[in-house]
Amino acid sequence: MADVILETQKLCKNFGPVRVLFDMDFELRRGEIHAVIGENGAGKSTLVKIVSGYHLPTEGKLLLDGKTVRFLSTKDAEDAGICMIHQEFNLANDLTVEENIFLGKERRRGPFLDRRQMQKESRAILASLETTVHPRARVKNLSVSQKQMVEIAKAVSRKADILIMDEPTAVLTRTEIQVLFRLMRSLQEQGVSIIYISHKLDEVKEIADRVTVLRDGYKVGVRSADDLSEEEMAAMMVGRDIEDMFPDRGPAPRELEVLRAEAVSSPGSVEDCSFALCEKEILGFAGLVGAGRTELMEAMLGLRERSGGRLLYRGETLSLRSYRNAIDKRIVYLSEDRKGKGLLIDKAMGFNLTLLALRRYSRSLGLIDEQAEDHSLLHAIEEFDIRAPSQRAVMQTLSGGNQQKVALGKIMEVEPDVLILDEPTRGIDVGTKQQIYFFINELAKGGKSVIVISSELPEIIGLCHRVVVMRSGRIVGEVVGADINEEEIMRYAMGIKGGNHREQEQSTG
Amino acid sequence: MSKSRAQAKPLPFGQRIDLVTYGPFVALALLAILGGIINPTFLSPGNLTNVLTRSAFIGIIAIGGTFVISAGGIDLSVGSMAAFLSGVMIIVMNNLVETVGVSWTTVILGMLIAVGLGLAAGLVNGLVTTKGRIDSFIVTLGTMGIFRSLVTYLADGGTLSLNFQLRGIYRPVYYDSLLGVPIPILIFFLVALIGWILLNKTRFGRYCLAIGSNADVARYSAIHVDRMRTLTYVVQGLCVAVATIIYVPRLGSASSSTGVLWELEAIAAVIIGGTALKGGSSRLWGTVAGAIILSVIGNILNLTGAISQYLNGAVQGIIIIVAVLVQRSGRGR
Repeated sequence: MADVILETQKLCKNFGPVRVLFDMDFELRRGEIHAVIGENGAGKSTLVKIVSGYHLPTEGKLLLDGKTVRFLSTKDAEDAGICMIHQEFNLANDLTVEENIFLGKERRRGPFLDRRQMQKESRAILASLETTVHPRARVKNLSVSQKQMVEIAKAVSRKADILIMDEPTAVLTRTEIQVLFRLMRSLQEQGVSIIYISHKLDEVKEIADRVTVLRDGYKVGVRSADDLSEEEMAAMMVGRDIEDMFPDRGPAPRELEVLRAEAVSSPGSVEDCSFALCEKEILGFAGLVGAGRTELMEAMLGLRERSGGRLLYRGETLSLRSYRNAIDKRIVYLSEDRKGKGLLIDKAMGFNLTLLALRRYSRSLGLIDEQAEDHSLLHAIEEFDIRAPSQRAVMQTLSGGNQQKVALGKIMEVEPDVLILDEPTRGIDVGTKQQIYFFINELAKGGKSVIVISSELPEIIGLCHRVVVMRSGRIVGEVVGADINEEEIMRYAMGIKGGNHREQEQSTG
Repeated sequence: MSKSRAQAKPLPFGQRIDLVTYGPFVALALLAILGGIINPTFLSPGNLTNVLTRSAFIGIIAIGGTFVISAGGIDLSVGSMAAFLSGVMIIVMNNLVETVGVSWTTVILGMLIAVGLGLAAGLVNGLVTTKGRIDSFIVTLGTMGIFRSLVTYLADGGTLSLNFQLRGIYRPVYYDSLLGVPIPILIFFLVALIGWILLNKTRFGRYCLAIGSNADVARYSAIHVDRMRTLTYVVQGLCVAVATIIYVPRLGSASSSTGVLWELEAIAAVIIGGTALKGGSSRLWGTVAGAIILSVIGNILNLTGAISQYLNGAVQGIIIIVAVLVQRSGRGR
């Protein structure tokens, strides 16, 4: 028999009257990497939150090393050797990396902090993560992926027996992910057991020993990762086969140019970028994290300082001094940072939905037509298949996928002509992803022009008519039609292909 | 992760009665009952109108404060601003007596000066905060000192007194009633009503809440964040001007001690009313109740004699802290 370190028996969890976890039997063996997958709302986070002491189970038992345990707080769980790496960052922004790593577990010598010891240890941990982060750097000055690395370092420093990782790779680059996987394997060799939650099935396939699949709060099954293809995983999660993840995009439309950027630059992030977008086109923007894709779009739309270049919209020069000008021209931008820039998470769905297009709901004296707002909300819930506890529900209570649907609804409220979608499916389950792909495709077919920025290459490849590749703030290549494949895009993105001489020929359109 | 999956399709309209919204009114009712038990004169119409009239200054200023705070800012300069406006208003009216004479025209010109100056002072607070990218706490701490010292300078360290005959004309604005209701209470109610509509029913109000909730999201929602924030300080300045206009006829004078600590009472009224100090939420009628609560406490202490009225501030302090504790439990952390 395998050596089981953690086990749950008939675990149930209710939030108010709603049961979200049903008779969950989960088993973690010593020294295994066990992936938990499922759509948003399937109960993954609830399960690991019970294991790590955030929630108490409504019914059922939790066994650690065969003994029943009851965690009243995360501290109880940590004392028992269970440590969780959060999806949302739990770092103190004004403290240094080192101080964060040892927060609450400071090394001491007598009554004083042993700073030398802590620095030594944090250096060692950061080195094992192959990150360039300096232990004395302030967390607020770090990039998102660096913050994630610090979060991981913090958990590793706790020397836990069981490590829970909730989507640790969502914001990491490919290289960083490979480093993380190496670290996970070395922890595994030291006997650490890891629960790994991810939406990226290829990663699950690569790193996990076993996979538990959840759906709607139930366990669908547990399998060895070797016996399960990515397609089978997706099918188990959704409960049906996903044959066509991507819709039929049709031939690349190249007749009518809608938007043209000429030599757009932004200090410190974007240099001399030109490209064109056609009507009914889905134009992909690929590149590594930090290549300047988001910054280029923001500079174009007046959301970021622009130091040069101009923008033509249907042949007319546009001066976009503020994002409001862009909205007036029906050019919209969906931020990659859903909770930081996209939605007010402490406000209700309706408040968020109409915020961008509030002028449409204004009547005489600037009064807002609340009935029209309610009407639009009902319409959006219907159209986007938004699932929420109630119509007045606050965004926080919605799953990531449903939040993203509200965010999409919000930009659709201005009846956009050009849509710039930045990581439209980040942190979203397979089923919702598919819905969003079909939605984007329908938009393009219906005459809109769409730019999709994505770090997930399969998405770019499956969805776009044409792909622009960026590296270090510059546009370094463009791939069309049959050339749209992973190798070709990566060659540009990594700088193997696409030197400076190519830049003049960009922006054919 | 959420519980969304278990829900059926037609979504219920979730309406709940919460402590944050109704707490201030319950507290006010309890205080009134307590006051009545301790001393029946508390509930006499004369005493009640007196309490309400006195709460009008702080209340009107606090209504402006609700805008600033709900958009994520704070204005500490309001007490000094009120003193400064009073001083300038008195000087202008006194000087107009020679040219325009003792008439309503003079008084109305004085009022217009107060309004213009209030708007300008608010605009300065707003622009320095937004264009200078300085924390509003620091900016208004600075202007608080500036306004206070300006009024001291204008009064030459003493007291500025309104021309005695003008006082006779202006007096009714504070002391008279319309349909049995003292004018300050009417104005207080009117300002609150306009404020409530502005904050809850218009685009401006919606934008204030969005900015207070998360300024980045507001910017990415094509809201002119700086412009809206500046406007909240202008609204605050206007409210201070209105409060000044009904305050000046009460005493007919202004000095360096006019309006001292009003800013703290106004902020306290906003917070007791259920508006979150960090911004993003607003309870305008709560603010009204908060201002009345502060004034009722002082009045009850006056009437009982059991607790020295010198302890008024201590009792108010306790009420503020308790109010926030109750609200936090109501918000569910």
